[in-house]
Amino acid sequence: MDISVLTQQFFNALTLGSIYALIALGYTMVYGIIELINFAHGDVFMVGSFTAMWLLTVPLSMHGSIENPVLLAGVLVLIFAVVMLAMGIVGVIIERFAYRPLRNAPRLAPLLTAIGVSFILQNIIQVIFGSSPKRTPQIFANNVRFELFGASISYLSVFIFLITLFLIFALQMFVGRTRLGRAMRSTAQDREAAQLMGVNINRTIAVTFFIGSALAGAGGVVYGLHFGQIGFTIGFSAGLKAFTAAVLGGIGNTTGAALGGFFIGFVEVFSGQVGLFRWSEAMVFAVLILVLVFRPSGLLGQPTAERA
Amino acid sequence: MSIQNDVIRPQGQSPRERLNERLAPVTAFLAAHRSLSVLIGMTLVGIALPLIILLPPFSTFQSSSAWLNNFTLAGVYILLALGLNIVVGLAGLLDLGYAAFFAIGSYAYAFGASPFSGIHIPFWPMLIIGALVAMIFGVLLGAPTLRLRGDYLAIVTLGFGEIVPIVFKNSDTYTRGTNGISSIYPPELLGYRFSTIELLPFYIVMLCIVAFAMILIYRLQDSRLGRSWMAIREDELAAASNGINTVTTKLLAFSLGASTAGLAGVFSASKLTFAGPDQFIFAVSFTVLAMVVLGGMGNIWGVAVGAFVLYMIQNVLLKGLNQFFDIIHVPIISDINFIQYQFLLYGLALVLMMLLRPEGLFPSKRRRQELHTAEAGGDEAVTPADEAGGVLS
Repeated sequence: MDISVLTQQFFNALTLGSIYALIALGYTMVYGIIELINFAHGDVFMVGSFTAMWLLTVPLSMHGSIENPVLLAGVLVLIFAVVMLAMGIVGVIIERFAYRPLRNAPRLAPLLTAIGVSFILQNIIQVIFGSSPKRTPQIFANNVRFELFGASISYLSVFIFLITLFLIFALQMFVGRTRLGRAMRSTAQDREAAQLMGVNINRTIAVTFFIGSALAGAGGVVYGLHFGQIGFTIGFSAGLKAFTAAVLGGIGNTTGAALGGFFIGFVEVFSGQVGLFRWSEAMVFAVLILVLVFRPSGLLGQPTAERA
Repeated sequence: MSIQNDVIRPQGQSPRERLNERLAPVTAFLAAHRSLSVLIGMTLVGIALPLIILLPPFSTFQSSSAWLNNFTLAGVYILLALGLNIVVGLAGLLDLGYAAFFAIGSYAYAFGASPFSGIHIPFWPMLIIGALVAMIFGVLLGAPTLRLRGDYLAIVTLGFGEIVPIVFKNSDTYTRGTNGISSIYPPELLGYRFSTIELLPFYIVMLCIVAFAMILIYRLQDSRLGRSWMAIREDELAAASNGINTVTTKLLAFSLGASTAGLAGVFSASKLTFAGPDQFIFAVSFTVLAMVVLGGMGNIWGVAVGAFVLYMIQNVLLKGLNQFFDIIHVPIISDINFIQYQFLLYGLALVLMMLLRPEGLFPSKRRRQELHTAEAGGDEAVTPADEAGGVLS
């Protein structure tokens, strides 16, 4: 493997890892606060990618690349803002109707509604957009690239990595420095005590879902831009990998989830590079099993594993 | 229960209560002899079904052999639902990759009895071998994950269910990849060779396997092990404090569920004479889960009926609706492909069921009480946050 291939694959892994990191953040936040594996989360990501595709093709009627950098930036900001807002609202609606009524029910109940919601979202998209894969307009010109160690790197992959870093940083600031972030952390630690201290639990959980789903929406936009092709089933395997990333990083830990996402991206890309392309999903799954066997609390998580 | 009813007789009785009282000796007898009641029930159903389809609304809809074919394949799903009911309904563990064990059973038979592998082990021992192989995989997967919190099992089984078909698809040399293994040998009994044209023998064998599985699961449910499963489902900490080894008990539920799917897999491969990776996609696991939840988690007859009804809706009613509206040409409705909405319906049914009637359509008494404690007990219900302090950093 020479240096140019290595560089190329490094950037591919970074892009893929960005997508997984963005989805994993939502998993880890929701699990951190209400201890629920939100199976519908991967499908929120998928709906986000379809929303972005629809926005680009129908209201904006984009079909090729945008050469003007100012216009490109404007379109990108618009797409990210609209999709993130829309997915945030979708997440809040899901929480309100499918999870909140079951907050005191046996654990199995919300898990089952989560899987139900996942299928509802998939089916709605399938009915609206059809079963065949859809093309997302490539608004980034593919020929605008730069050379690095003999590899030709598209600016898109750099952009994706930077925007992911920005969103992760913004999330850290929000959770660590704001009043609502503090409410989230306290609710995660002890819901009743937080309530006694005057934290509005329902609103805090709704905000968590809003942010997590918005980040998944951003992941959906990035996915469409990077792969150019989306289908109604992409949420399933991306969600599974992102969850693996969240477990790997230590569930409940946002930094861990982001790191885990990049790690999974690297595992997938480099297992493909060494000729195991068809086995990349199996490799990720093997990572999940190994983490659960040897370090169930994840790389950065606190040990909470043995509890029932 | 019947004795108590005799002693304390409420004043105003509804006709339904009076009927229940009249039937009390019968129900008491059936409850005391569950194996016998399963045998009687399955025999009656087994005889009734082939007769009903000879009558007009059914006989005009499709041929009796098509019906028999549907019934036999519905039996595979009943078996799957019964097995998943051990895991989800009795032990309260969420298995989202159940189709993986179904696949393992199918491929086990395909390796054991097909021209492709060049081996021909008879069907009957293969039933046991297939169940055992699936069970071994259940133990291998369950042992590391069942030590952890219940939710991890859901995600690990989800991954496992995704990976197993991929493994079968990618190992072309051993499994012929996406083409699958075809012309698998059908069963033989006392020199009689089953054929895909003659459906009645398959139907009868299916009935026997389902009846056997139901008796076995009933006996398990009433055993010490079954009570341990329910204790763990209701409160794992309390169960552990009372001396139940939770890991072993959960592992037994998980692997017994897996072996039932293996059994279903062997039968399905012999009936279809085919095993291919596309038969075992996630939608299968999800369908079986919907069957268990709709039928009533923990109630064996409820789950069996739920599986039968959902299979018939999916494979007969929805197709029938398509044909019906194609023929009568209602402008918009004729364009709707009802099969396309199948999973939307399952998803909605699952969500609404958990919100409105979590005990399922045919609930087990105990499960119903348990699922409604949260409403009745209010503050006493333990919130997940109490059990384990979450972290968000």
